[in-house]
Amino acid sequence: MSPNQSAILYLAASVLFILSLKGLSHPLSARRGNYFGMVGMAIAIVTTLAMTRRVDVALGMMAVGGLIGIFAAKRVQMTSMPELVAAMHSLVGLAAVLIAAAILHDPQAFGIDDPVPVGNRVELFIGAFVGAITFSGSVIAFGKLAGLGRYGRVFSSAPVTFAGQHFVNLALALGMFGCGIAFVAAPAGAQWASFLETIGIALLLGVLIIIPIGGADMPVVISMLNSYSGWAAAGIGFSLDNSMLIIAGSLVGSSGAILSYIMCRAMNRSFFSVVLGGFGAGEGTVADSSVQKAVRSGSADDVAFLLGNAESVIIVPGYGLAVGRAQHAVKEMAGKLKARGVSVRYAIHPVAGRMPGHMNVLLAEAEVPYDQVVEMDDINSDFSSTDVAFVLGANDVVNPLASQPGSPIYGMPILEAHKSRTVVVNKRSMAAGYAGIDNPLFYMDRTMMVFGDAKKVVEDIVKALD
Amino acid sequence: MTGSVDPIVINITIFVLAIFVGYHVVWNVTPALHTPLMSVTNAISSVVMVGAILAAGSDTIGYGSILGGIAVALVATNTFGGFMVTHRMLEMFKKKDRSADRNVGRVPRSGPAGRSEDAGRVPPSGPAE
Repeated sequence: MSPNQSAILYLAASVLFILSLKGLSHPLSARRGNYFGMVGMAIAIVTTLAMTRRVDVALGMMAVGGLIGIFAAKRVQMTSMPELVAAMHSLVGLAAVLIAAAILHDPQAFGIDDPVPVGNRVELFIGAFVGAITFSGSVIAFGKLAGLGRYGRVFSSAPVTFAGQHFVNLALALGMFGCGIAFVAAPAGAQWASFLETIGIALLLGVLIIIPIGGADMPVVISMLNSYSGWAAAGIGFSLDNSMLIIAGSLVGSSGAILSYIMCRAMNRSFFSVVLGGFGAGEGTVADSSVQKAVRSGSADDVAFLLGNAESVIIVPGYGLAVGRAQHAVKEMAGKLKARGVSVRYAIHPVAGRMPGHMNVLLAEAEVPYDQVVEMDDINSDFSSTDVAFVLGANDVVNPLASQPGSPIYGMPILEAHKSRTVVVNKRSMAAGYAGIDNPLFYMDRTMMVFGDAKKVVEDIVKALD
Repeated sequence: MTGSVDPIVINITIFVLAIFVGYHVVWNVTPALHTPLMSVTNAISSVVMVGAILAAGSDTIGYGSILGGIAVALVATNTFGGFMVTHRMLEMFKKKDRSADRNVGRVPRSGPAGRSEDAGRVPPSGPAE
């Protein structure tokens, strides 16, 4: 195959990748989009194999990896999607490092001059260090998401901070760029030391960047690593002068960056304050209120009575629902209510769940029709005309303090559940949310608290509705 | 001005334009599908396999081909796993819209999507209603 032919085929693959993302603009076109992506990938791989003299190693290893991937994809629980995605980011990062090393070892296999010219070395350096940061950062993120805190403090979902952390990170980053300059300037045959030093520092940096970020900021972290894995791929594309890799990498990189931005905006926090970390420290602490305020608490039977006699109900699912795996019970409850003529909808805050769009997938898994699942901006005006808002395991995203200047979460967009005629809140305890502040919603006269595990409570409501 | 444009400049041109395309395409993605967006971009970023295959394909088995071979296995996990888990999630979004989109054409299953990961999957039988 001539280089021109392969370049045209790579172009076709690039266009298919763009179409695959475009398909995700609506659930109905999304499946077709995914097929476009598969075809694009098939074209890319077959074209490359056709240009390669020896395909046995590649095909064998592809079969090994492919089988593992298919197995993981079939078995993964939807609640564990964030872990799977983090694990996959780490693989792309590690692969980018290995490919960079292979290019350095045998540039001629890639059609690059030996020794590697200065321009290509700069690109190799970028691809390798971004890949290494993606790899080690994703491993830490995976550990935090999978709750591996008991195996090592770096995997703790609480932020890990120490004195001079930012200074250490800055020093390491400068050291890494120093190694990069040494790598680019090194004489032929003497590049390995500085290359390996670069990789080592980048791996350490990846760990240090992720450990100070608290568990509730994981949606930002995982989007950020998504972005990095794309830039790593683009970096390898630059080294190989392969426009398809550059295009695919940039698509992924910008996608991750936009998701990070959306997540930060939904928490009303700057990207830098998330990345610099330490904010999640107050997570799970009981709110410090000197005045013992009264809450009205009720039983599952009381809630069933309220819901059964309402005309309209909006369910506000949060992280607690995902943790309690209560989505199927919720769907059953909604079905019972609908049978009684109650209108039931779901209000989704952008940061509900543990990764962007996680709550939508969990509800989809429980076969909740997607036209009943409404985004924050589209449903907020409806709360005031709603009989019951049922808040399930959410806290800060429904905190009315967000509209009060001076509050720590001032300016954060919230679901305005407090405007509905009655509010029912399910929580495990009176502990404050991740922002560590009290929630006046719980003390309103129109609010009823139901304490307990989300799944158990909802199942009891379902029984009471019979 | 004579002489040809350096490849790095062409690469940067492609890079910048691709970021623009990505920016506009991704803002149009519905928030409900942000998780599938992540898993499919994951699969797409595994296109670095192109580089890994070239490394694994050198004539003699040496460090280069071993590194490349390992990289092929790592990213193949993403390629197959990423597209497949995206497919699984999107199927969930389909199940419930049966009543809503009964008159919307079903995606043809017999298209050129002949990827091996799909071969073993039984196409979902028609709507159950």
